[in-house]
Amino acid sequence: MTFRYLPMTDQDKKEMLETIGIETTEELFKDIPEEVRFKGRLDIEEALPEPQLVKEMGRLAAMNKNTKDYASFLGAGVYDHYTPSIVNHMLLRSEFYTAYTPYQPEISQGELQAIFEFQTMICELTGMDVANSSMYDGGTSLAEAGLLSAAQTRRKKIVVSKSVHPESRDVLKTYAKGQHLEVVEVDVENGLTSLNGLRSAVDEETACVIVQYPNFFGQIEPLKEIEEIVHENKGMFVVSSNPLALGALTPPGKFNADIVVGDAQPFGIAQGFGGPHCGYFAVTKKLMRKVPGRLVGQTVDEDGKRGFVLTLQAREQHIRRDKATSNICSNQALNALAASIAMTALGKKGVKEVALQNIQKAHYAKKVLEDKGLKAAFTGPFFNEFVIELKCSAKEVNQKLLESGIIGGYDLGLSYPELKNHMLIAVTEMRTKEEIDQLANVLEGLSCVQNISH
Amino acid sequence: MRTEHQSLIFELSKPGRVGYSIPELDVPEVNVESVIPSDYLRSEEPELPEVSELQIVRHYTALSNRNHGVDSGFYPLGSCTMKYNPKINEDVARFPGFSHIHPLQEEETVQGAMEMMYRLQTSLAEITGMDEVTLQPAAGAHGEWTGLMMIRAYHEANGDFNRTKVIVPDSAHGTNPASATVAGFDSITVKSDERGLVDLEDLKRVVDQDVAALMLTNPNTLGLFEEHILEMAKIVHEAGGKLYYDGANANAILGFARPGDMGFDVVHLNLHKTFTGPHGGGGPGSGPVGVKADLIPFLPKPVLVKEDKYKFEYNRPQSIGRVKPFYGNFGINVRAFTYIMTMGPDGLRQVSENAVLNANYMMRRLEPHFDLPFTQHCKHEFVLSGRRQKKLGVRTLDIAKRLLDFGYHPPTIYFPLSVEEAIMIEPTETESKETLDEFIEKMIQIAKEAEETPEMVQEAPHTTVVKRLDEATAARKPILKYTKQA
Repeated sequence: MTFRYLPMTDQDKKEMLETIGIETTEELFKDIPEEVRFKGRLDIEEALPEPQLVKEMGRLAAMNKNTKDYASFLGAGVYDHYTPSIVNHMLLRSEFYTAYTPYQPEISQGELQAIFEFQTMICELTGMDVANSSMYDGGTSLAEAGLLSAAQTRRKKIVVSKSVHPESRDVLKTYAKGQHLEVVEVDVENGLTSLNGLRSAVDEETACVIVQYPNFFGQIEPLKEIEEIVHENKGMFVVSSNPLALGALTPPGKFNADIVVGDAQPFGIAQGFGGPHCGYFAVTKKLMRKVPGRLVGQTVDEDGKRGFVLTLQAREQHIRRDKATSNICSNQALNALAASIAMTALGKKGVKEVALQNIQKAHYAKKVLEDKGLKAAFTGPFFNEFVIELKCSAKEVNQKLLESGIIGGYDLGLSYPELKNHMLIAVTEMRTKEEIDQLANVLEGLSCVQNISH
Repeated sequence: MRTEHQSLIFELSKPGRVGYSIPELDVPEVNVESVIPSDYLRSEEPELPEVSELQIVRHYTALSNRNHGVDSGFYPLGSCTMKYNPKINEDVARFPGFSHIHPLQEEETVQGAMEMMYRLQTSLAEITGMDEVTLQPAAGAHGEWTGLMMIRAYHEANGDFNRTKVIVPDSAHGTNPASATVAGFDSITVKSDERGLVDLEDLKRVVDQDVAALMLTNPNTLGLFEEHILEMAKIVHEAGGKLYYDGANANAILGFARPGDMGFDVVHLNLHKTFTGPHGGGGPGSGPVGVKADLIPFLPKPVLVKEDKYKFEYNRPQSIGRVKPFYGNFGINVRAFTYIMTMGPDGLRQVSENAVLNANYMMRRLEPHFDLPFTQHCKHEFVLSGRRQKKLGVRTLDIAKRLLDFGYHPPTIYFPLSVEEAIMIEPTETESKETLDEFIEKMIQIAKEAEETPEMVQEAPHTTVVKRLDEATAARKPILKYTKQA
């Protein structure tokens, strides 16, 4: 059988074996001991020719309800946003996506410059001094912020608000276990981090406090008050942020955050069933040499011409091995490129306009749902997500919504037992008034939600 | 490649230009100041570029022209498996039913995605000879850490809290000791012998009751198969430790040998290497981890299972917990599955056979011109030493830079650390003999230049968009973002 990715002909093979001075390729595998030689045929599916393969993968894809066909009000960390058409076209420039890490700068100036621009944009949005070239995702980026804080302060306690994404907190706990760090969770009151709870959790053993802004419920945390509590105890202030929200909200850097992390998925990156997305990691200048992952820096070549290189590599695993600041090697470079292109397309004006539209549409949605008799769970300021109370299970409601062409919100009971029958609803700039009104109408028609406050 | 100066996107910015289009707000407007406190409304706008759509397209097209990918030319970067990245993978990953689904949708609405994941994890279990596979880790290093956390949980579940050491060979990838540190272990180095293989006597010396695991790449980073793998497994297992397989070099063994049959307990694969990723300029990758039965209880949450339908199982009391939000780098996994379905069992075996034949052919043709520290047959890659050229004043770095002039991405250099002036070449199976021959001729030419006109090599590259860059200044006075000149 011949394969289109394998160019070797029988003639090639013959010539190559002759050069090596052997009769068969089997001789090249003689160093694999007889006992461990695999003698069977791998029991995996048979190869499919291209047309059949496209059909089969198309069949699997078609089984999934997608957000192009359905109006989605599901967010909870992953959002359906406007992606300019050019993002995909530029990503498909194969000089980008078929390249390796830019360790040879002379032939990688394109990638290096694009990442330098990404770092700049993340700094601009977060209000921080330094941003790295990307992390796997928002969750692992948050966990690494916890590890950095512990290493920097030589303290063992990480305080995290329960209004931080539950899956990110779970990842943090796994990382903390490896490093023998303690994770203390602070309760939520009216959808926000309890300041009293925070005060009693933070002490001189606290390496950092981690909050999310806007938080998991869409609420805008009082960073000013939180910062005072953290820095009074000389811990690090870590803020996880949706970078799109920062087009309209005051950046965490203005509130003296030490580390800002998050996911750039809202900028041109497909929801893609949860990955690959693009973690970002931004810090103050003071922490520049402690950052995990790759950094691109500007320099000059022998002729004095501007160029870019990977820099401060003495932090990294391929140089420092067991003393590295992190074990991260592969990151999410291509998605950082996608985010850069999207941020460039939106630009200064668009980032603000899109962020403001999210605020407007989410507030409109909350109002029409309240007008239909539904009750919002929290009263504080919010970005593009809010929580409503239901009388029955969110799962049941979502099944009904699906029949009307709507992917409903996140069932909060799955991660907050006290919020059983509560739904987290996300409304981005992609949702039209018509779709929002339809959501309200369908919900109104469901007996299990209708009577809640009448 | 073009050599003209390339502006930063910020330098092209002019107030008033836009590169996007969204509809006018279609809902009644609220006064934003009335719903969000003024302290929390941004007062200074972020300095993002203001450019038109064509300017953006020209900018990124120009940047791509200043970059070298597998599609641009031969990329024999050892240990990175820079094989062809099939176009069909990119098409399939962009089907809306894969790209536009949300990870928190009801499971009934994403059964196709879950079926794909299940079939992929089942295939990978068979390919590696393991009992179960998780697709969650985002990359190789993430998989290493996940695997080590599971090994740790396994020992602790046995009441064994004193296993503090992870052994890594001196030729190991840097991520191995770094992952051991993040997982809370001390890493101990075991030496290689004169044939480039793990020194069994040294292994016996470092293995004791404190050992949690031995991490090993097989074939190792010298491209050599660890022939004594069963003895090594015995030494580690008898001391109560576990064997961890770093799958970075799995391209050499598909259908020829399986880590599970060699005695390994935990395996990670780099889907962006062996299973056509692509590399994306540094990521995203995907680093699934396979385990033997006794480690299944410790797999990260959630575990994808097949009952009457596919479902994510969260009730796993002994699990190490979550290692990543959601279910791994799904989009990369779609590409890998598409590749496996393209090749099938016979195709994958052919992949390794051709990769190994290509590497041996190149090695034998280059052997007269460069020092070859290990002379046995190699697997998918081999390591030359540039010490002969170094004596002539031409360093391995110079050889690498000279290759740039001929349109090649150079091999991996100065790794493994155990070889002086190392040049690590991995051709992969997707390159034709003609491509290999052309590259070999250029390498021979460079070896000749080192003798006759060394400055030609020492001053390379001559044809790239920039010459050698001042990395020392970049690190001493870091400029990590653009700042607008006043």
